[in-house]
Formats: sequence, structure tokens, C-alpha cells
Amino acid sequence: MVVMDATTLPAALAETRDDFLALDVRDRLQLLLEFANELPDLPERYADHPELLERVVECQSPVYMFVEVVDGLVHLHATAPAESPTTRGFASILAQGVEGLTVDEVLDIPDDYPQSLGLNEAVSPLRVRGMTGMLARAKRQLRDHVAA
Amino acid sequence: MPAEFDPAAKFAEYAHPERLVSTDWLAEHLGEPGLVVVESDEDVLLYETGHIPGAVKIDWHTELNDPVVRDYVNGEQFAALVGSKGIARDTTVVIYGDKNNWWAAYALWVFTLFGHEDVRLLDGGRDLWIAEGRPITTEPPQVTPVEYPVVERDDSVVRAFKEDVLEHLGKPLIDVRSPEEYTGERTSAPAYPEEGALRAGHIPTAASVPWARAAAGDGTFKTRAELDSIYRDEVGLSDGDEVIAYCRIGERSSHTWFVLQYLLGFENVRNYDGSWTEWGSAVRVPIVTGADRGEPPAG
Repeated sequence: MVVMDATTLPAALAETRDDFLALDVRDRLQLLLEFANELPDLPERYADHPELLERVVECQSPVYMFVEVVDGLVHLHATAPAESPTTRGFASILAQGVEGLTVDEVLDIPDDYPQSLGLNEAVSPLRVRGMTGMLARAKRQLRDHVAA
Repeated sequence: MPAEFDPAAKFAEYAHPERLVSTDWLAEHLGEPGLVVVESDEDVLLYETGHIPGAVKIDWHTELNDPVVRDYVNGEQFAALVGSKGIARDTTVVIYGDKNNWWAAYALWVFTLFGHEDVRLLDGGRDLWIAEGRPITTEPPQVTPVEYPVVERDDSVVRAFKEDVLEHLGKPLIDVRSPEEYTGERTSAPAYPEEGALRAGHIPTAASVPWARAAAGDGTFKTRAELDSIYRDEVGLSDGDEVIAYCRIGERSSHTWFVLQYLLGFENVRNYDGSWTEWGSAVRVPIVTGADRGEPPAG
């Protein structure tokens, strides 16, 4: 198990974690819903190129994501249907959390970050696994990008 | 006293029309005393985005499962749960949900384990209600908690365990997962092992009938004639058959269980909730891969 501390967790993700943990279990769902509502639409250049998007099969709902690196900085794009707010919430947390980080910073995010948000009780461990899958795929895409 | 039954002509064709209500019926009866509407979705947040006015939420994962042991809640937990939602023992419960009522059927099946008598599904579920432009709200319902008696869960009638399935081999089994899961084909890249089961394939002799084949395009159940043509003509089920349905964790197969038991009238239908996540990891149980049903093991 990876031990998380402030030196490896980017500030935005640490703040999100603290926000969740400050709430009781019921209100954590509401915060997740806020994240879901904040997930931006795909940039138009990807809307026309579905082949660039990778299906996250760990999620029960159809969610597709794509990580791009522009001038050394990471941007994560994801799309999931409105009927899947939990999945949208997970994608939104990660998209906001990695926005503008360097590749190395994203690769250093602990793999078990999703387990640290206190969502296991509110959402269930099985569902949280979907976010773990998204993070793993984002990192793999970045490793491929670095290797290319 | 139970709410009146929905006299819709489509339902009259089914073996147990009293197990379904239409969106028209619900719109007319919403708010009646003695009726509680329950939303149960795959997505734990969907209810919060808007639900049928007055409906309460029951989440299959965080509320119907025991948090430690892989099992359902016990009688005391169930009584506390449903009592807190304003459901009494004689309440008419109408359950609806997303994805063709997949999780709604699962919740209904759990209510059945506790012998709750009057529990029905909203034909077409959440999607049809919304598609018809009927009202939804994010306003939390006003719930007055009531006393629900502690009733011991009865696992002997509609629930099957692995040992039951082993004894059952040779009698009809329905595998309601996707064709890829049935044949044992891997669906994900090698770097991403599928979690939950160590082996792929199906239980010998099981017929493959993906659960959603029982649903029409609008999420309602297919008609009696259409369902008969799938389960009797195509699969070969006949009256008096004992049937067990399974999927990955027992949720999709609850939908098929509902169809076989209440719409087609088979009297001995069980849901194997251990399903593939148990069978596919169990030691020395028989497994068949490929599209053929396979034979029951000799002896």
C-alpha cells in the first residue's frame, strides 16, 4: 500500500480529499454530485474523434477518457452520460485534480487516491473501483506518451 | 390494505399482473396513503439528480448488502431500513429504477426474501417516466418513519447457493450475462485482468439469454407472447420446470427471475446471487467455454 503524504499528492487533489473528509457520509454524495455537474463537455476537437477516447471498462457505466499533454502539462478529458452522475463525478475529480500538472506529478499520484476520499461508505468500494481504473488508465496513457 | 391493482390489458396477459403498475397508474395513485414509491438505481447518485415526487431511495449496494459478509441485510437491518423509509409490512411498495429496472428488480427480489407481500415494479422504470415528460423533483420526500416487524429472511424459496446449483445441474439454468461473458471470451486488454472471477465461461448446460432481451425498446417488459417465444420456444422451458438464473453478482438475473416467476408464471425459480463472481473463482466446479451449453458432469 502506498502511503500518501503532502509531498506526493498535488494540491488540488489534496484539497478535494480534505473537502470530502470534512463532510458526513450523506453530504459527500452531494459534493460528488457537484463534481458531476462540473464535468465539462469534451473539447470539440475530440467530439469528432471518438477513436482517441479510451473506454474505462472498470466503470459499470460507459465512460471514455483521453489524456493529452500540451507544452509538458497534462489535461484530462472525459465524457459520460448524464444518467451516470457517479461516474461523471469521478471523472470530474480527476480532470480537475490533474489539470495543468506535469507528467511526472500525475504519475506520482498514489494509485489508491480514490480510496482516500471517504466514498467507500457513501458509494461502495465496488463503485470506487471505477475511479481507480480511470486513474490507472490516465497514468498508462501518460507512460505511453512519454515512451513515444 | 393494498392499493388497487393496475387493470392494464397488457398486464392481464401475465401470470401475475398484480406485480406491475404502469406509469399512468402511478401518476394517478401517487401520494395515496399506504403506497410508497422506491427508486433503486445502479448509479448511487441518480436519484439525487431528480426522482418521482415523494419517492424514497434504496441503494442496493450500501443499504441492501451487509457491509462485511457477502450477504444481504438480516431481518433487523431490513426492518430498520424500510421502516425508516416509511414502509410498513402492509404497505404497497412500487419500485422503479434505471436501466430497464435492472436494480429495481434486484431490490424487489430482496423484498421478496423478507416476504414483503405487496411489492410491484413500475413497468418502464425511471426512463419511461421521464421520457413521458412526467414530473421529477430534487425535493427530498417527507418521510414519517414507521415500525416494520423483524422478519427472518427466507433464503429457501427464491435464492440459490452454489451447492444448490451443483445439485441442480441437469435442470434448466439461465445465464443472463452478455454473450462474451457466456463464451468465456476476454473482453479487456491483458494488462487489465477482469476483477471478480478467476475463470471465464459458463455453468454447464446453462442457456444464454441476456437479461435485457426481456425488455422492449422503451424499457417496459415485452409482452407475454414475446416472452413465451424467448423462454419457452427458444430456450425450451416448460411448465413445472425448476429454473435457476445467474449473472455476475445476481442483479441482472433478478430481472430474469421476475420475468420467469411473475410474468410467465414458473413456480420454482431461484436467483443464484453468488453467480459468476463466486462460480468463476470456486475450486473444482465445472465450467464450459464457447457457445455450446455443454453437458452436466458425469456422475
